[in-house]
Amino acid sequence: MRISVAQAGWRAGGRAIVADVTLEVAEGETFGLIGPNGSGKSTLLRLMAGLLPRAEGEVRLDGLPLTGLGRRETARRVALVEQQAETAEALTARDAVELGRTPWLSALAPFGPADRAIVDEALAAVGMAHMAGARWSTLSGGERQRLHIARALAQRPRILLLDEPTNHLDIHHQLSLLRLVSRLPVTVVMALHDLNQAMACDRIGVMAEGRLAALGPPREVLTPERLAQIFRVGATRLQDPADEATLLRFHCLEDLPRSG
Amino acid sequence: MTVAATFGPRPALWLGLLGAAALGLAILAGVVIGETPLPLPTVMATFANRIWDAGLAVDPIEAGIVWNYRLPRTLVAAACGAGLALSGVVLQSLVRNALADPYLLGVSAGASTGAVAVAILGVGGGLVGLSAGAFGGALLAFALVALLARAAGGGSATLVLAGIAGSQLFNALTSFFIARSASAEQARGIMFWLLGNLSGVRWPDVTLALPAALAGLLLCLWHIRAMDAFSFGTQSAKALGVPVRRVQAVLIGITTLMTAVMVSLVGSIGFVGLVVPHAVRLVVGPRHGALVPWAALAGAIFLIAADVVSRMLIAGQVVPIGVVTALVGAPGFALILIRNRRRP
Repeated sequence: MRISVAQAGWRAGGRAIVADVTLEVAEGETFGLIGPNGSGKSTLLRLMAGLLPRAEGEVRLDGLPLTGLGRRETARRVALVEQQAETAEALTARDAVELGRTPWLSALAPFGPADRAIVDEALAAVGMAHMAGARWSTLSGGERQRLHIARALAQRPRILLLDEPTNHLDIHHQLSLLRLVSRLPVTVVMALHDLNQAMACDRIGVMAEGRLAALGPPREVLTPERLAQIFRVGATRLQDPADEATLLRFHCLEDLPRSG
Repeated sequence: MTVAATFGPRPALWLGLLGAAALGLAILAGVVIGETPLPLPTVMATFANRIWDAGLAVDPIEAGIVWNYRLPRTLVAAACGAGLALSGVVLQSLVRNALADPYLLGVSAGASTGAVAVAILGVGGGLVGLSAGAFGGALLAFALVALLARAAGGGSATLVLAGIAGSQLFNALTSFFIARSASAEQARGIMFWLLGNLSGVRWPDVTLALPAALAGLLLCLWHIRAMDAFSFGTQSAKALGVPVRRVQAVLIGITTLMTAVMVSLVGSIGFVGLVVPHAVRLVVGPRHGALVPWAALAGAIFLIAADVVSRMLIAGQVVPIGVVTALVGAPGFALILIRNRRRP
């Protein structure tokens, strides 16, 4: 499913958190959103999920305006994994993932064997099947993060919006999550802090002060000049001799030897 | 041992039957036990006469006590207990605060003020007038509390603080109305009623309490998935496809209505909405599919039991039922607080 955003914006307390963002993500594409802290990545993801009141501009799914779809219809198409969603309830890991079936169920269409199979599959996909019965409060940050992603998978969306999905994850789970996401037959938009992970996306968008500062394939967008300008870091491109992949190494601009 | 292992392939059916049987026994006990103990055969014969016109020989005085006093009183106690427990479940879910219940959020206080205003000022009058006044007061109180909480920056802790302020305000208003307008005798009656009292309950009260509790139960059952979805907050519920504003309006509306009806019939009974849902959560877990029916059942049985105790505690005198529920509820509340602290 294709998602397009036209002149999207959102203001809080008179300040524009996101302004005039226009972009289109193609069916099946993995799209990375990068940008410094407070550049509006999370807000843009919420706008794309249709969660913000008084939003400016328009979001369309396959050409249909999001505002024309009900909440339930939207949730069947778009799943969002936010940062720091917590609960004080004594839920189990499995309970948390079962919540993903909410948009597909009603009082007249209760949770059934098909839903159970989808939840099992989602738990297995993030490697949490063996901990399905564990209490939420006993889980680590990384385990909770993986369950949020499993919950989004159980929602069976066509578009997956992920806000820093590799946060809290150890390196093994970071890599397996990114591999899982890139293999899913859905459109993925994810905010990322690790620019090397962003290098693996099909395209990336760079947010700066609420605006889309650049858009394109990672190798074209992540130039040393742009990284210096937006992230205030120096960057050197390196090649991994194993597979010729491009890596970025960062250093503080202040530490650069001044060239004459 | 799992539920399925104990009850076979249809656990919900068996558990439902078990629950219905428990409620039936509790109602029977509520009718049998009292200052004048009535033997079970008399009670059963009265039921048979009234329901199937069986024509069995029963002492008319005893039959009158069973049918006109004890049975309506027990049914209203069951409806109130279920309604208050459901109100607690709803508010704790939507507000995401373990302390939320109609009493703490000022809804009960608002309902009392509304009912007292109608009773003393004579606006409307009659049973429905009293309930309507209570509903108006409860809605007004909740709206004020919600507005205050929002103005103070939102958050569920703020809402409970605002609820305390709202309770104080409306309790003061109630006292003001009583002091200003009521005669000494009226004042005594109102104070007694405010503490929770089922002594005056008759059949017309049943026709108000039962439909309110049943409507509440059905609406809660209809919204179990939505209430589950609130576990991770309103944003998350919205992302899961829950029409948050509509669900909040419907569920808070029915909660306010149930509280208002119960308060107008039996006064303001505290702690049931707070303690019963937590106790049930400890047994059946936090998912609303189990929590809603079991909390309703436990609330109903708890209030029937509290009513029996209130009749039996002091011979020849009825202790206000609110006193009984608070005597049990306060220690229960303390346990919840300690448990919450221990939680990792």
